[in-house]
Amino acid sequence: MSEVVSQAESENQGIGAPVRRREDLRFITGDGRYTDDINQPGQLYAAFCRSPYPRVRIDNIDASEALALPGVVAVYTGQQLVDDGLGDLPCGWMVKSKDGTEMISAPHPPMAATVANYVGEPYALVLAETLQIAKQAAELVDTDFTELNAVVDLAHASGSENIYEGIENNLAYEWALGDEDATKMAFARAAHVTTLDLTNNRLIPNALEPRACLGMYERGTGDYTLYTTSQNPHLERLVLSAFVQIAPEHKLRIIAPDVGGGFGSKIFIYSEETSVIWAAGKIKRPIKWVADRSESFLADAHGRDHITRAELAMDEMGRFTGLRVKTTANLGAYLSTFGSSVPTYLYGTLLAGQYKTPNIYVEVQGTYTNTAPVDAYRGAGRPEATYVVERIVDQAARELGKDPADLRRMNMIQPEDFPYETPVALTYDTGNYEASLDKALEMIDYAGFEARQAEAAERGKRRGIGLACYIEACGLAPSKLAIQLGAGVGLYESGEIRMNPTGSVSVFTGSHSHGQGHETTFAQVVSDKLGVSYDDVEVIHGDTGRMEFGLGTYGSRSLAVGGSALMVAAEKVIEKGRKIAAHMMQAQVDQVDFENGQFTLQDSNQSVSIQEVAFAAYVPADYPEDLEPGLTEKAFYDPNNFTYPAGTHVAEVEVDLETGVVQLVDFVAVDDFGHIINPLIVDGQVHGGVAQGAGQALMEHGIYDEYGQLQTGSFMDYTMPRADDLPDFRVDTTVTPCTHNPLGVKGCGEAGAIGSPAAIMNAVTHALGNKDISMPATPEKVWRAIRGE
Amino acid sequence: MYPFNYHKPASVSEAVSLFRNADDPMYLSGGMTLIPTMKQRLAAPTDLIDLSGIPEVSGIEVSADRVRVGAFTRHNDVVRSPEINKTLPVLSHLAGLIGDNQVRNRGTIGGSVANSDPSADYPAAVVGLGATVYTQDRSISGDEFFLNLFETALHPGEIITHIDFPVPTRAAYQKFPNPASRYAVVGVLIAEFAGTIRVGVTGAGPCACRASGMEEVLNQNLTVAALDAVEVPDAGFNSDLHASAEYRAHLVKVMARRALADLLGQ
Amino acid sequence: MKVSFKVNGQAHEIDVPPNTLLVEVLRETLELTGTHVGCDTSQCGACTVHLDGRAVKSCTVLAPQLDGVEVTTIEGIGDSENLHPMQAAFRECHALQCGFCTPGMIMQAIDLVEKNPGLDSQAIREGLEGNICRCTGYHNIVRAIASVADAKPASVK
Repeated sequence: MSEVVSQAESENQGIGAPVRRREDLRFITGDGRYTDDINQPGQLYAAFCRSPYPRVRIDNIDASEALALPGVVAVYTGQQLVDDGLGDLPCGWMVKSKDGTEMISAPHPPMAATVANYVGEPYALVLAETLQIAKQAAELVDTDFTELNAVVDLAHASGSENIYEGIENNLAYEWALGDEDATKMAFARAAHVTTLDLTNNRLIPNALEPRACLGMYERGTGDYTLYTTSQNPHLERLVLSAFVQIAPEHKLRIIAPDVGGGFGSKIFIYSEETSVIWAAGKIKRPIKWVADRSESFLADAHGRDHITRAELAMDEMGRFTGLRVKTTANLGAYLSTFGSSVPTYLYGTLLAGQYKTPNIYVEVQGTYTNTAPVDAYRGAGRPEATYVVERIVDQAARELGKDPADLRRMNMIQPEDFPYETPVALTYDTGNYEASLDKALEMIDYAGFEARQAEAAERGKRRGIGLACYIEACGLAPSKLAIQLGAGVGLYESGEIRMNPTGSVSVFTGSHSHGQGHETTFAQVVSDKLGVSYDDVEVIHGDTGRMEFGLGTYGSRSLAVGGSALMVAAEKVIEKGRKIAAHMMQAQVDQVDFENGQFTLQDSNQSVSIQEVAFAAYVPADYPEDLEPGLTEKAFYDPNNFTYPAGTHVAEVEVDLETGVVQLVDFVAVDDFGHIINPLIVDGQVHGGVAQGAGQALMEHGIYDEYGQLQTGSFMDYTMPRADDLPDFRVDTTVTPCTHNPLGVKGCGEAGAIGSPAAIMNAVTHALGNKDISMPATPEKVWRAIRGE
Repeated sequence: MYPFNYHKPASVSEAVSLFRNADDPMYLSGGMTLIPTMKQRLAAPTDLIDLSGIPEVSGIEVSADRVRVGAFTRHNDVVRSPEINKTLPVLSHLAGLIGDNQVRNRGTIGGSVANSDPSADYPAAVVGLGATVYTQDRSISGDEFFLNLFETALHPGEIITHIDFPVPTRAAYQKFPNPASRYAVVGVLIAEFAGTIRVGVTGAGPCACRASGMEEVLNQNLTVAALDAVEVPDAGFNSDLHASAEYRAHLVKVMARRALADLLGQ
Repeated sequence: MKVSFKVNGQAHEIDVPPNTLLVEVLRETLELTGTHVGCDTSQCGACTVHLDGRAVKSCTVLAPQLDGVEVTTIEGIGDSENLHPMQAAFRECHALQCGFCTPGMIMQAIDLVEKNPGLDSQAIREGLEGNICRCTGYHNIVRAIASVADAKPASVK
């Protein structure tokens, strides 16, 4: 979208300017500080013993040989953590089944104690003076296992042996949303029904920085400090303190320094970090743990993994009258931190898409299997929902002989329909879906597709085009509603603005940046609002010791919720500043206006700058008597609704008919993110999301074999999108500002990954002559489809 | 990585003598396969004998009918050698498809060939061009060099010193890379020598081999269409997540068609 | 064992066990933590440095192999006051997000541009085969490298 203008040409560094990121300077010079870059004198190194089988009873652990190795300091087992009184790793969202019963959480001790339930689950921790010794000792730990029958196949999990006593059919819950009877009626009256079976493939997040931590315990004070790769350090502190009971919150500090990507996988509270901080207290020495990539594959929470049957009912005109969806969602072996909410509240609620479908009913079976836990991964539920809606709409268009764009257009919610209440519990505040669709079709030259198709055919390639008109919901809110629906935490964000005495500004946010560029965008917001120089604003995040609370970064919420908190805090700074300025100018408060960093006395040429006001606040020589000194304000911002980014993605692919190779040759994304603070960063977020969506559609697949072993356990087997797999992306935006937050922003972090899989698979399906194949569309699968298998 | 003793001999004979006197030694060439394997604790040699300091195993010599590549020649040196590009361009092209740039800057032809990874590229050239592999003791015909999965005709301790490639009239290589690892799922090299066709295939079976069925047909009729009549049975072919044996057999044919089209300039 | 080599122009003699990797020497012995480790199979390229002027994966080079070589790391090509043109281009084009792959990506990009004149955008994409980025979708990385290579970005198909 944004033609790149060089920084020198762009003097404006406020809202809307493509400011070059300030954090980049340290990253491009090698001066970033990631967790593994931090060391403590005397630190030990941790290595974990992991279950080699998907389901075992742990009969005996003999660590004597490991302990005999010089340099080994300790071996701790999962049972010791339990015996020490540590609590389970909790799931933060209680989902109720459709019969009103609470979901059933499988017991999830911080490390496996008596049983292990997926390959790679840690059950013992070895501490040694060097990493080499720790790894060698971990191999020497002699463990007796009894192998138990493992449940691996999601489709048949509910009829298999129960993994956990008391959890019948391996179901954590059977959740439903929508009006079942009305939907049934709609299908009974339908002129046409389209049915589609869909698989949403398991993905492995693979942030490029593996998880890591450095746990420390201060003997003198009893304080714990954990450096860790977290997207939400305060949440981690809350869980480790309140549930796991490592230490009270005031004795536990979590620092997430530079973090090398998250995509959801670093939201959750995992065994390894928990065990390390516990062990640091036990052994009273710092402990370092850094995951190998193979450990990331085995033990980071995975994403997606749904099997779905969807049915769409239409009237004789093609108007959608009902949507019925039944999904089996893989939760893995345990309910990870937000694992329960992803296939329910973040999925079922999005099934209206951009359409006025009046009746929707969805059922989700949350299913345990002996595989790694499944939780939020970029998009978290919304890519799955979009995949269902946008694939079945395309299929319906083909069955009806209609142009997929026309069928969508005919069913779209119109600008005059907002606020629009969907049959699945959401109220969309604003949007203009056709505007994005029109722009995207124009950019891709929809009308010219046939010529491109013919040209490709001459080269022996089958070209296809596919659309996806997605909606998503960001900035999960409001807290009260979410908590009523089972959320264990609030969904607000905190922000604090400290005007320093000399006029510079320190901004503290509970959001966390691990690639999103908060240090730049949040500074743009605050400098714009306070009328101070961008260079005078510093943004600080990621340390429970420096900011009082926060809920972190996930669900594309940072700007909409965290940025809004800063807007509210800035408003408070201005209000207090107005009082100080009024005193300084010997005027009434309501006679003082604030603009561009200046407090001005109405109808006069008198003004004082915010910097002068800040100085007066800290050196209160001549100062209002009823006012406290200082100019520091904080805010907790709790949105009253989600934000609803939406847009249209269009993909064109070419299929090599001889090999089955699918090449993504063009991709257009037109997104409505509301107001945009930094177009450079927004474009980058879309590019990255689209690449991950293309990965899901064409390459990535986390595969367990029938014995529960992860077959795609390294970059040698799990296909990561590389530069030569992808085309240049073409992105643009339309704007309908969010109606209920002070910035009018909606969030852009996940949209790329939400719309693109459906668009690409629709293009593949189109290229294959309407033959439906499951994601990912890998060469052999496509080759077989071409052969008519 | 398990501990080991490191040696850096200055001659082949010193290397061989170190090898004979160690418990469980391995030669280290570019290390592009060996080091990752050791990092993952899947190999634990007691002694690593680094071949990088041996002048006898390096260097490129090109004459009109032969290209001699020292075993320690790194892939990118083959990619960028003006002489090889001129005389045996298929070898530079093939070398340029191995791994990635960083790997090509370290990996060596001798290491790749000695390893007999079923999905490595160079073996297709050794077989397809009818190369001769020289060691300190003898020469081994390319046709007889690769025996099985990670198994070659080399005796324990034997070191490849150089490989001689005869220069064909024309040749071409086509590779279908594994989408994740970028190793060859299938690679086919076709070369024409004074009216005789050789076809070398890597990736499909346990080790690189000639496709004699294709050779016979192409010796009669050097056209892409002639390949359609060739059956490629998948018996004994590799099968993994990315390609079943059946699909590999199909890809052998497709890559052969494409290589032949390249060779014929079509 | 003792190994003598140069890093970023400075001579070092270190004494490490033979089973030490170059990346461990850089990060732990010399405290040059700009070089990162993103995988254990030599695939991701986050650890890319220059060894005698060529891009290599420092996770796949053993310390003993370093005797007499010159290593250049991300810390050796420029600093915030005096950026290497590739560093400047990455910032200008927003070619990084989390920054973890960036040092390796920049080191490979420099090697790519130096060794291959007249790169177009497809050649740049192919030249990044050994470097994985999970954040940017590569779009802006390709643009940044193209701006240094003075190659025109490929026209959209």
